[in-house]
Amino acid sequence: MISLVIVSHSAKLAAGVHELAAQMAGDQVGISQAGGLSDDGEQLGTDAFRIRSAIEEVWCEDGVLLLMDLGSSVMSAEMALEMLPEQQRQNCLLSNAPLVEGAIVAALHASLGEPLQAVNAVAEAALSTPKLAGTG
Amino acid sequence: MAQEITTKQLRKWLLVYAARIIENEDHLTKLDTAIGDADHGVNMRRGMGKLQERLQVERQSEDISAFLRSVAMTLISGVGGAAGPLYGTFFLRAATSPTNGSSIDLPQLTQMFRYGLDGLQQRGKAQADDKTMIDTIQPAVEAMEAAVAAHQSAAVVLAAARQAAHLGMKHTIEIEARKGRASYLGPHSIGHQDPGATSAYFLFETAAEVLTITGAD
Repeated sequence: MISLVIVSHSAKLAAGVHELAAQMAGDQVGISQAGGLSDDGEQLGTDAFRIRSAIEEVWCEDGVLLLMDLGSSVMSAEMALEMLPEQQRQNCLLSNAPLVEGAIVAALHASLGEPLQAVNAVAEAALSTPKLAGTG
Repeated sequence: MAQEITTKQLRKWLLVYAARIIENEDHLTKLDTAIGDADHGVNMRRGMGKLQERLQVERQSEDISAFLRSVAMTLISGVGGAAGPLYGTFFLRAATSPTNGSSIDLPQLTQMFRYGLDGLQQRGKAQADDKTMIDTIQPAVEAMEAAVAAHQSAAVVLAAARQAAHLGMKHTIEIEARKGRASYLGPHSIGHQDPGATSAYFLFETAAEVLTITGAD
């Protein structure tokens, strides 16, 4: 079963998304979070080292899907992957999914035991899922 | 052409750079308030404070690559915002360029900046004229390469870099942002100088001040 890592500039946002995703997945799916800066979670920002630690916390052979908010989250997540040993890095995937919808969908599908690429595909499809009835 | 730059001089350079950024925090904040999220000054000041602490502690490190890696690590976790991974990558990649151990000659210094620039472009995926720090660093590195190819002295090479960096920074006023938070503003970003290009300019301004002095303490 794959694991999820939630990356956000805000520790509170990361914790909130984690909470929502965990509700979908029960306690079967490993979910970790990296929000805010190292020394003070109240400061907004992303830190590649914190992201690496979050990956290591839930890393498993089935894979780890990273869901990010915006801007430098992506750059920091890329750096974090580069810091990992090759054998760990190849089981990690950066998702293009929107953070909230993506994390919830990914948690649900991960809990069903779907493989990494399949979970990412449904999470990314959340980008084009209309939020309002009768649109899209 | 026996001018060699030592780890000690690079440390001095980055101490002066850190101080220059801290002096300019309000200026950077003002620039970033106009076209960004107003955090570049605060983020850079925080990162530079961490860098100063690290440079005080790491007085003993002689190896240039190890020194640059240590600088990179400090910036990655100390800056926050996009500038953290970007400056971090710049120095991390610079650390992989060839050295003579505890010194580098002028072509190696130029190559160090080139490695940093290439890393930066891979990380941020920005091109020239996207209104980013690339608009400062790329012309500066190209000016250094041209001056080194013409066998100029360190003073001339670094003065050329500084001048090109300054022109590049000023050029960001005229162009529309295509990367980063400022790109959300589209044409409204024209008329404002890019904060990242400005903090990057100080790298070359301080390099020209510090690295030309042989045996600087």
